[in-house]
Amino acid sequence: MVAGGATTKKAGLVVVLVAACALPFFLSGFRVFQFTQVYIYAIALLGLNMLTGYNGQFSLGHGAFYAIGAYTTAIMIDKWNIGYGWTIPIAGVICLVVGFLFGWPALRLEGLYLALATLSLALATPQILKYFEHWTGGSQGIVLSKPKAPLGLPLSEDQWLYFLTLAILITLFVVAANLLSGRTGRAIVAIRDNHIAAETMGINSALYKTTVFGISAAYTGVAGALSAVAIAFVAPDSFSAFLSITLLTGIVIGGLATISGAIFGAMFIQFVPNWALDISKAAPWAIFGIFLIVFMYVMPRGIAGSLRLLWIRMTRPAVVNRQAEGDVSPRSTPHST
Amino acid sequence: MSLPKRLVALSVALAVAALAAPGMAGAQTVVGVTATEIKIGNTNPYSGPASAYGTIGKAIGAYFKKVNDEGGINGRKINYISYDDQYTPPKTVEMVRKLVEQDQVAFLFQTLGTPPNSAIHKYMNEKKVPQLFVATGATKWNDPKNFPWTMGYQPNYQTEGRIYAAYVLKNVPDAKVGILYQNDDYGKDYLKGFEDGLGDAAKKLIVMKQSYEVTDPTIDSQIVNLKNSGANVFFNITIPKFAVQAIKKSHDIGWKPLHFLNNVSSSLGTVLKPAGLDASKGLITALYMKEITDPQWKNDKGYQDWVAWMKKYYPEGALDDQSNAFGYNVAILMTQVLKQCGNDLSRENIMRQAANVKNFELPLLLPGIKVNTSPTDFAPIEQEQLAKFDGERWAIFGEMVEAVRK
Amino acid sequence: MDIFVQQVVSGLATGGIYASLALALVMIYQATDVVNFAQGEMAMFSTYICWTLLQAGLPYWIAFVATLAIAFLGGLLIERVVIRPVENAPILTIVIVTLGLVFILNSVAGWVYSYIQKPFPSPFPSQPIKVGQIVLGAHDLGAIGVTLVVLLLLFLFFRYTTLGLAMRAAAQNPASSRLCGIRVGWMLALGWGLAATFGAVAGIMIAPNIFLDPNMMTGIQIYAFAAATVGGFTSPVGAVVGGFIVGVTENLVGTYVSFIGTELKLTVALAMIIIVLLVKPSGLFGRSIVRRV
Repeated sequence: MVAGGATTKKAGLVVVLVAACALPFFLSGFRVFQFTQVYIYAIALLGLNMLTGYNGQFSLGHGAFYAIGAYTTAIMIDKWNIGYGWTIPIAGVICLVVGFLFGWPALRLEGLYLALATLSLALATPQILKYFEHWTGGSQGIVLSKPKAPLGLPLSEDQWLYFLTLAILITLFVVAANLLSGRTGRAIVAIRDNHIAAETMGINSALYKTTVFGISAAYTGVAGALSAVAIAFVAPDSFSAFLSITLLTGIVIGGLATISGAIFGAMFIQFVPNWALDISKAAPWAIFGIFLIVFMYVMPRGIAGSLRLLWIRMTRPAVVNRQAEGDVSPRSTPHST
Repeated sequence: MSLPKRLVALSVALAVAALAAPGMAGAQTVVGVTATEIKIGNTNPYSGPASAYGTIGKAIGAYFKKVNDEGGINGRKINYISYDDQYTPPKTVEMVRKLVEQDQVAFLFQTLGTPPNSAIHKYMNEKKVPQLFVATGATKWNDPKNFPWTMGYQPNYQTEGRIYAAYVLKNVPDAKVGILYQNDDYGKDYLKGFEDGLGDAAKKLIVMKQSYEVTDPTIDSQIVNLKNSGANVFFNITIPKFAVQAIKKSHDIGWKPLHFLNNVSSSLGTVLKPAGLDASKGLITALYMKEITDPQWKNDKGYQDWVAWMKKYYPEGALDDQSNAFGYNVAILMTQVLKQCGNDLSRENIMRQAANVKNFELPLLLPGIKVNTSPTDFAPIEQEQLAKFDGERWAIFGEMVEAVRK
Repeated sequence: MDIFVQQVVSGLATGGIYASLALALVMIYQATDVVNFAQGEMAMFSTYICWTLLQAGLPYWIAFVATLAIAFLGGLLIERVVIRPVENAPILTIVIVTLGLVFILNSVAGWVYSYIQKPFPSPFPSQPIKVGQIVLGAHDLGAIGVTLVVLLLLFLFFRYTTLGLAMRAAAQNPASSRLCGIRVGWMLALGWGLAATFGAVAGIMIAPNIFLDPNMMTGIQIYAFAAATVGGFTSPVGAVVGGFIVGVTENLVGTYVSFIGTELKLTVALAMIIIVLLVKPSGLFGRSIVRRV
């Protein structure tokens, strides 16, 4: 590893962090709200990426965990007057348990079939939410209030939510980075690449897989909880299968098995549909579809994946060509950023 | 330049770009209004499962184009900005915030759907921006005391349900009621009105309820169950696609109950004809608009004006889609309210004038039905008329029913 | 007893709808190892093309055959032009590309034809067929018949023709197939073309009952996935049987299990997927994939 590389990366991160903290004071409330959404998606995408990108378990149903997190928060605030601050970690824990429990039967399923099973979960979610009307408010949903900044801080509601989300994002990212580097990370990736070999080496693949499922669900649940607070409204229509598909799109576009991919992916799914609308009022989703396809042609490894390839090309030109050309298999990925 | 320096330069560029993003409102005294323009905001589902309703948003735009072509309102042209929210509340919140905070519209008009409108209800009232004539039949939009900036438009679903219930109680001894409803806020609202209307008798009279999802391919199975329950009254709460199936299947299996069809699916052209005009004989519905595929309105001036307008300003819209008539009608009401504002287009006055519509007639409302609002009455249209299909047209019968307000 | 039989019969009719689209899904999966999320939208778009031809005045069966031909070419082209560039990319990348197709097809259909539902004609008489107390739509019966005929043709094609054999080989072992001189790329394209054709048949058979609109396949595709999963993604017969099973079970649960009733009908169908997957992960008729270490 080139010595300058690490300091450059650190400098880059600091700059980005400073910019992120300054943003809410220069942008309108609406833009701050949009960026808060981006961070919320990024948390959810990081969760999904852990499961699908790093651990190879395809999930098309993470929208369900997002919904569980959102409704946990909404019900706790609405029915029991619990402070929103407490609901977020509680939502995370509940999703951790549910995800872990879902992970057990998921062990039996591979690839396509796991994807379909999780898709079923996503599709059933709105109907189940409507069924338990007494708790969930049925199709009418639950209306919440946006929280004000605590301790009399001179922040607008939008700015406060922005910083809260950013703080949670950074914390969760650091936790994920630690988890995914080192022994645990290597075990998780090993299970994805060749789980039979991994087992032979003594990795308890069942335990790892279910735990990753749980953690992944927890992250997405926290994102859902934050979204309930930020939007101040939950309804079954907000959690259709489209949400799960959007999340999957986000991690693939952002870059599977990368941490920075979560941010790139989140920006894509938040802003590109709006851009598509600006380009064509008549068929905006066709434009979005074209964006998707073109992105996948130009960057089959996602934005983060392609950036990493670019970085390698720039810093290690001699080694690059052999590596890039031979590196066609989707299985071999360098360590995460 | 070394890489760290490059990164700093990049971030400075980003910061500059962020600063350039629109932030503060312009120095206008009246938001969304200039000497030459009124900005009106709207969200509609132009894509996604509810996209069939998106034509309402387009029809409204087409009507405002006509208004602009004819000189505008008191010299001001309408700048109509409508965004797609895909019927997803978080998207509605985002688009509405964009309209209010970035596009700086004067007010919102005909935002569509109950969950989308619920999501922005509090926001609009906190920001004191008029949320006018929302396109949903839910009951909660008529609450001027708690939500003084939100106003409904169409007769609400619960009222219609109550009308049918009242009819059953009055005219059908030994009624056994079967209900088919869409499993969402629209279906459940109708259901609630009907059950409330039956009162204590509801439990005894309703023998079976069957629901369906909008994504279901058919409801044949539900119809079979309803027939089997022995019901002799059928309350059909379905959108056009399923209403056709319901009418056809009931006819095919020889089930002939007293059949109440909800107003949403009362179109002759898109529902009764495909289901079979013969099979549809005897259907009862409650109307407040002229049904545009009903031959009895062929020579009506209001209908002909509408057709002329469609051909000129919205040629790609379907002439048998009642939604296009709906959009036209409500846009005329909006134009009237703006006319009443004169030169004072502040949000307060717009709201005041919206709550000050007296006996206003719209060309596609049934004769005798008038728009009325007041500071305590935020339900512009409250009258409906029962009608029975005689094989050719919706024959109006009985007296006009006024909504019973709690 | 009557209502039981009637619900079973209605379930078979609905199941036939799921089965026809499930066949197309399984077809592509067998030929290319890709689950095509755009299958439903391709079928919907083909149906719109048929509608356009009918509006132009062509007689029904001519429009039908013309649409199948156009769909076949369309499927072929999509594979060669849209999917080819990412053929060797990770599987999820290909999935996202098919997702892009979904958006494009849906949005263009809505733009060109608008979102209002359109009636679509059926070649079968509209009078219901009555057998005792049981009523069955003639169209439903006809649609099931067409699905079964298609299944039979597919079976014969794969079993007894050289081309069918080549396609199966190309899907199972592309490397060895190339060594035998099979043009694997074109086999994939052929697979997509055929699947698009079946999708078109499904769409044309479905539209009369549920009306033509850009979103008509959204709900059905869910059930088609359920059918294909239950029956097994590696078995066309399984897809069809799966479709019937899903249709009938849905109806029977909705009728007889009162605490579930109709408000959880979809959930039931989906729970079925999960249960089948847990008990027999490759579906009822599927072959388990044995992985060599």
